[in-house]
Amino acid sequence: MSSVNTLAIPRPAEAGHWGKEVRSDLHVAIEPRDRGGLEITLESRVGIYYGSSILSQTRQVLESLGVKHARISIHDEGALPFVISARIETAVKRAGLSGNQKALPEERIALPKPTPRDRLRRSRLYLPGSEPKYFINAGLHGADAIILDLEDSVHHGEKDAARILVRNTLHAIDFGSCERMVRINQLPLGLQDLTEVIPEQPDLILIPKVERPEQISQTDRMIDELKSRDRIDRPIWLMPIVESAVGIENAFAIATASPNVCALTIGLEDYTADIGVAKTLEARESQYARTRLVNAAKAAGIQAIDSVFGDVGDLAGLQQWGENSRALGFEGMGCIHPSQIPVIHQAFAPSQIEVDKALKIVAAFEEAQQRGLAVVSLGSKMIDPPVVERARKLVARAKAMEKA
Amino acid sequence: MSERTELAQNAAGRSVPTMVNGKPQIPFLGVGQYQPRGRKTAPPICSSRDYPENGDKRVTNLETALRNCGLRNGMVISNHHHLRDGDRVALMALEAAAKIGVKDLMWFPSASFPSQKAAIELMQSGVIHHIEGSMNGPLGDYCTQGKMRGMGVLRSHGGRWQAIQDGEVHIDVAVIAAPTADAFGNADGSHGKSACGSLGFALADSTYADRVIVVTDNLVLFPCVPWQIQGNNVDFVVEVESIGDPAKIVSGTTQITRSPDRLRIAEFVARFLRDAGIMRNGFSFQAGAGGIALAFVDYLRRMMKEDSVKARFVRGGSTKFLVELLQEGLTDYILDGQTFDLDGVKSIGSDPRHVATSPFTSYNYHGKGNFASLVDAVVLGATEVDVNFNANVVTHSDGRLLHGIGGWQNCLAAGCTILAVPSFRDRIPVIIDEVTTLTGPGELIDVVATERGIAINPRRQDLLDAVKGSSLPIRPIQEIKAEVERICGGKPARPKLGDRPVAVVKWVDGTVLDTIWQCA
Repeated sequence: MSSVNTLAIPRPAEAGHWGKEVRSDLHVAIEPRDRGGLEITLESRVGIYYGSSILSQTRQVLESLGVKHARISIHDEGALPFVISARIETAVKRAGLSGNQKALPEERIALPKPTPRDRLRRSRLYLPGSEPKYFINAGLHGADAIILDLEDSVHHGEKDAARILVRNTLHAIDFGSCERMVRINQLPLGLQDLTEVIPEQPDLILIPKVERPEQISQTDRMIDELKSRDRIDRPIWLMPIVESAVGIENAFAIATASPNVCALTIGLEDYTADIGVAKTLEARESQYARTRLVNAAKAAGIQAIDSVFGDVGDLAGLQQWGENSRALGFEGMGCIHPSQIPVIHQAFAPSQIEVDKALKIVAAFEEAQQRGLAVVSLGSKMIDPPVVERARKLVARAKAMEKA
Repeated sequence: MSERTELAQNAAGRSVPTMVNGKPQIPFLGVGQYQPRGRKTAPPICSSRDYPENGDKRVTNLETALRNCGLRNGMVISNHHHLRDGDRVALMALEAAAKIGVKDLMWFPSASFPSQKAAIELMQSGVIHHIEGSMNGPLGDYCTQGKMRGMGVLRSHGGRWQAIQDGEVHIDVAVIAAPTADAFGNADGSHGKSACGSLGFALADSTYADRVIVVTDNLVLFPCVPWQIQGNNVDFVVEVESIGDPAKIVSGTTQITRSPDRLRIAEFVARFLRDAGIMRNGFSFQAGAGGIALAFVDYLRRMMKEDSVKARFVRGGSTKFLVELLQEGLTDYILDGQTFDLDGVKSIGSDPRHVATSPFTSYNYHGKGNFASLVDAVVLGATEVDVNFNANVVTHSDGRLLHGIGGWQNCLAAGCTILAVPSFRDRIPVIIDEVTTLTGPGELIDVVATERGIAINPRRQDLLDAVKGSSLPIRPIQEIKAEVERICGGKPARPKLGDRPVAVVKWVDGTVLDTIWQCA
């Protein structure tokens, strides 16, 4: 995939966006030439404050990409440095001026600790991979995870740009305590995404439209290769998105296709389209698929995560959806606006009554252990071991949420 | 402006002109340090024998009214801005003045709006000499580019009243747009097709100007009830087709911000009031009509309900959100300075607990106290804040005029002053080393709430103590600043300001707080 670029004949190209409505982005137009060095023109909304910084960054990026002769014209709408590098690199690559070189942002965040396989994944906030304005503060809103999306929210013609932008984002942006997820494109396009993002060590890769376990093993192999090439030894988890009738039928095989699969999730828009029904608020049409998915996930010892709730204005509907989800065995869902996060967290939190009961059960169990009793009882009721186990899980989860 | 302006350093360390438009100035002496003596100014004595016995003060048009008022070259003509960007009366008056051939007027609006940009042509043709009042958009650029003949003077709403009362500004003719009026000159803002709510900004003009003209598009039979402007102060009444564009006078509905970052700031501010114990029975607050302020009111309302807390009064700019507090019994009163939306206008016109106030009751330095210092907490915006909590609200970071001061400076007298601001805008950090234009001294600013955390002024140990144990992200202002600079790729370069003063920022007491310098 890289040789295509190096062999291409240089041509004018552009990348990024500008205009009155655009924020935190920039537009780069590049015109390759044979001689004459670099000629850069800059118009920037923040020119007075960062004009010379943008110009020197531009020169630096071009130099690191090996571009010596070109006219570059930049319209900047207050983009941050990691976006500036990404847009210039995209334009240069589109112009056929650079092969494999990357222009990573100067600033690198301290890589957060690897995430445990079974960490809380109640909420994951989707961020369109071509909209840098959403990235910078996304970590502030308290979601358990953010997803940098390269798939459905990115236009076909912008896949290359989004890939580079997301890579730079992982490199430079601190998402706080959020797990850093990337949704790649469907295979085989998704493999190119992996080449770009894996070196920046995201915590988890969402793989869309998974129907067969082979898709998981293919992705897993690719990630392994990239990891060993770059000597990365931290885990990168996989969350397959099942969004078709076939996928649902193969859910268990998918869940067990790799030890790196930590959760299964479902895409209801595509699923309902696939089975030819309308998606409704009551969700009776996907009841089977969702319970089947939960069962497959639990059988595989991993988490089951629900789809997204599309109506940002309907927080009451979201709350109800979330509570229902939790009752089915799901442990979280996606969100498309930060206002959904606290509602989802509330919906997936065990109630105080449940927590109190679980605490009593755990206490009774511990007391029985101490006294060497084989049978645990609470009041007049005998408590079976699975009940104790469930109570322990619930208490652990409630504690984790308290901290989260 | 050809002669060199002498500059002096004021108590805030800012370099300010000692003469403005031919009048000697007192540089800012520090908060509460300036104590003027003497007597307040007063309008000339008049006699009711000079006014029609039947109370009909109507004349056919503004031109006639201005002629009858004896408008001459170099006089001061004033307007209020309750019709906001929808106002037609100010330009009507200035254009009428142009028709009768008057030159070199000082235009003294309580604020100007972008729709009044035709005032630029009137400055170019010599009708207007200069403007003392807020300028933004095209008028602001005209001033900051150094094209205005005199110096701009920016005053707070309270400062405008102060300047009128102590004679710093003498209004020759006040032209008051009135949504409803009678032929005697009684006028009201809360009724009529161009209703705008309160008319408080025009009160000083109506009582201190030599001559007063009321312009209305809704003439009613005497008496116009209620009257906010008393006809006893009015010389002439002019009836016109329309005083303004209703769509731009009030917004149909005011919208809460949908930006997650701004919602987060709003929620922080509400939680701060709760956790610091400011939100308690009988408390009071003031918040404007910006997106963050509206969202703040919405969050606070939920918390007040949860904790069964009721406010004694809230201060407007009123909007639907304050009106809902009143209707739900969460506040006893709205004390309203200006009315921003249709719900506000409807409420002030019909609910006796929704009371119109003026800069006299709320803000005036020469009053025997004012309401501003009785408010427990106020939520304001700013373009810049520095590490000493000094804030700028009038210029962009590059020195161009952006906003008027409005009631902003006056509100700093509240028990707890909170600036609710994003930590950066378009890569430009909001928290910086030193503000471009000082509008509010840091000793009066207690809290800066951003989406990345809340900074409390170290002078307010009581507030720092009050929120101990709260889950709010309380952080030193320096730490937030450093984080934002890291995100933005370093400190922004300082813009180069010119060395010629084009306008001054007055403090609430009439002293000169800072200077606006010419920029290209």
